[in-house]
Amino acid sequence: MSNQYIKQVVNQQYPYGFVTDIETDTFAPGLSPHVISQISKRKNEPEFMLAWRLRAYEHWLTLTPPKWAHLQYPEIDYQKIIYYSAPKVKKPGPNSLEEVDPTLIETYNKLGIPLHEQARLAGVAVDAVFDSVSVATTFKEKLAEKGVIFCSFSEAVKNHPELIEKYLGTVVSFRDNFFAALNAAVFTDGSFVYIPKGVRCPMELSTYFRINAANTGQFERTLIIADEDSHVSYLEGCTAPMRDENQLHAAVVELVALQKAEIKYSTVQNWYPGDAEGRGGIFNFVTKRGACRGKQSKISWTQIETGSAITWKYPSVILQGDDSVGEFYSVALTNHRQQADTGTKMIHIGKNTRSTIISKGISAGFGQNTYRGLVRVAPTALHARNYTQCDSLLLSKTCGAHTFPEIDVKNKTAHIEHEAATSRISEDQLFYCRQRGLTVENAVSMIVNGFCKQVFNELPMEFAVEAQKLLEVSLEGSVG
Amino acid sequence: MLTIRNLHASIQDEKQNTKPILHGINLDIQPGEVHAIMGPNGSGKSTLANVLAGRDHYQATMGEIFLQGENLLTLLPEQRAAAGLFLAFQYPVEIPGVNNMYFLKAAVNSLRKHRHLPELDAMDFLTLIKAKIKEAKMDEKFLHRAVNEGFSGGEKKRNEILQMLMLEPALAILDEADSGLDIDALQRVAEGVNSLRNSKRSIILITHYQRLLNYIIPDVVHVMIKGKIVKSGGKELALELEEKGYSEFINQVTA
Repeated sequence: MSNQYIKQVVNQQYPYGFVTDIETDTFAPGLSPHVISQISKRKNEPEFMLAWRLRAYEHWLTLTPPKWAHLQYPEIDYQKIIYYSAPKVKKPGPNSLEEVDPTLIETYNKLGIPLHEQARLAGVAVDAVFDSVSVATTFKEKLAEKGVIFCSFSEAVKNHPELIEKYLGTVVSFRDNFFAALNAAVFTDGSFVYIPKGVRCPMELSTYFRINAANTGQFERTLIIADEDSHVSYLEGCTAPMRDENQLHAAVVELVALQKAEIKYSTVQNWYPGDAEGRGGIFNFVTKRGACRGKQSKISWTQIETGSAITWKYPSVILQGDDSVGEFYSVALTNHRQQADTGTKMIHIGKNTRSTIISKGISAGFGQNTYRGLVRVAPTALHARNYTQCDSLLLSKTCGAHTFPEIDVKNKTAHIEHEAATSRISEDQLFYCRQRGLTVENAVSMIVNGFCKQVFNELPMEFAVEAQKLLEVSLEGSVG
Repeated sequence: MLTIRNLHASIQDEKQNTKPILHGINLDIQPGEVHAIMGPNGSGKSTLANVLAGRDHYQATMGEIFLQGENLLTLLPEQRAAAGLFLAFQYPVEIPGVNNMYFLKAAVNSLRKHRHLPELDAMDFLTLIKAKIKEAKMDEKFLHRAVNEGFSGGEKKRNEILQMLMLEPALAILDEADSGLDIDALQRVAEGVNSLRNSKRSIILITHYQRLLNYIIPDVVHVMIKGKIVKSGGKELALELEEKGYSEFINQVTA
């Protein structure tokens, strides 16, 4: 009986499924060196970029898609994907908000992302990527005063080629994996952040990704460099229209933290998950990695993954600098026919490096949720410490939770802890809450939120509220 | 306050087998009265509490239950709570990660909403709960812990009393409120219950032992054996039971 109630709770509609009707500059489907040169040309890129893309492409041709994940999906035909689609603009690119198409502004307003000055009240600077190009970055001036660079990747290539050339691909090489190679070859935009020495970024930086056009892949690339003794908190949000066919999203995110620098990267991923029968939805194949290069640096990933039909994503930290810290906090929810294979890698190289992994998987309906993690302690990593906790909450009898933790320790001084638990919402808990006057809806969402609390605590305030609401919406009807 | 007429009820197990437990319960409780229901293990005391509160798999197969004129059997558990019914659990449930105060605020406001009252804001709620926690003689740090998580047996029971003080029910049912408590904890629980006694509120104490009734003096004592109330009387009946045990009554029923 209570299962029926949970079903009701978990069944609400995806609210961001609308399509924006806008004129676009779109390539024909297909991938070739010619397409890559065209992308590079559209972006007015320097020679080194095109050369790098083509090398990535050559390498990609030698690779096959990874099969090791606990995921099932049809083969992707990479020649049927459109690799470039951009809203048409009269000039080469928007220089200020006034030049951005009002239809786009309206779309972002519908999504609750104010690009205009009200965003300043929220204290969040926003870069918005619509299909393949970045359409607006807010608060550039205010950030510039502090020497912070926050712009689209394209602009960074144009205005700061030396930083791009120095750092691009140094954390995630195009040789890393199939999707990283593909991304390097065809990525069209993304965000770029540079925080200078000793600067604490005065506001949260945020990127909003939106896939709009049909049959289009989104391949964005984000690069964040925190110079010595700097600090930045970065938020990323994603949505897409409801479409019956699958769309590919293959992003790469690279973070570099130098000595004593700290990067906090938070994601609320709500790509369209497909319908109740598993039609449509985003294939999300993402490579995210941070390098703690300097001593006492810190990189913290927090992710709330509620969207996408398929999620393949392992935000990782390479702990090179002595005394550096890596963290991974994750809530992954799979409902209906969604599948997620997600986790992290913590690679301890420096001395006294510490890492924490807190993973919370929630499965409902026929959802399949996999935690996959690697904790590696190199021979050099004296006194490395890791604490891992991965918990699963099952909301139906037809869903699945799987855990594949790998621990590889090459130094005897390491201290590794791993805890794991699987639970259900018990009838006792539901009845207890209802006896105190809570409706089933409130009870389920309270229990699920309680389960995720350790992770929500890591989110910036405004995101934490959004994440809680998102869980309520995403827990669409699935328990039985 | 509460009227139960010829109540028959069954429990359904996971395989959908039903097992009849209650065989024609009649009970009348007036406002302000405290009734104790005593009986041996398996006599149906807790089943009665769960049927009253509307738990899944506890089905009334015959009879009726009215609380302040409302037909309880037609209501969902949360609606019964809104109608003024509170059940202090024998085994209070842990809800990991959910802050005790947050839980109580949600419960108070949910009940207020059911009753078409304006919700309490954070300040009003805080004032109220600080007063109540003092009344329950509990430490404020309880409020910041997750609901019942890692609480000792006594702390859990006292937390139930705190919830009862906050929700101010018309009818409070305490299921084995004394089980697993040492004498100090028992006294505190009893104080909490006694502070709630007034001319408008009724209380049902479900208990094995007479011990609790030394601290909470009942108006009426019922003896329940094999799903039936076999004898009712004043508080002295509890003492009689303590002395003689239940065997006499059990023999009566089986004879």
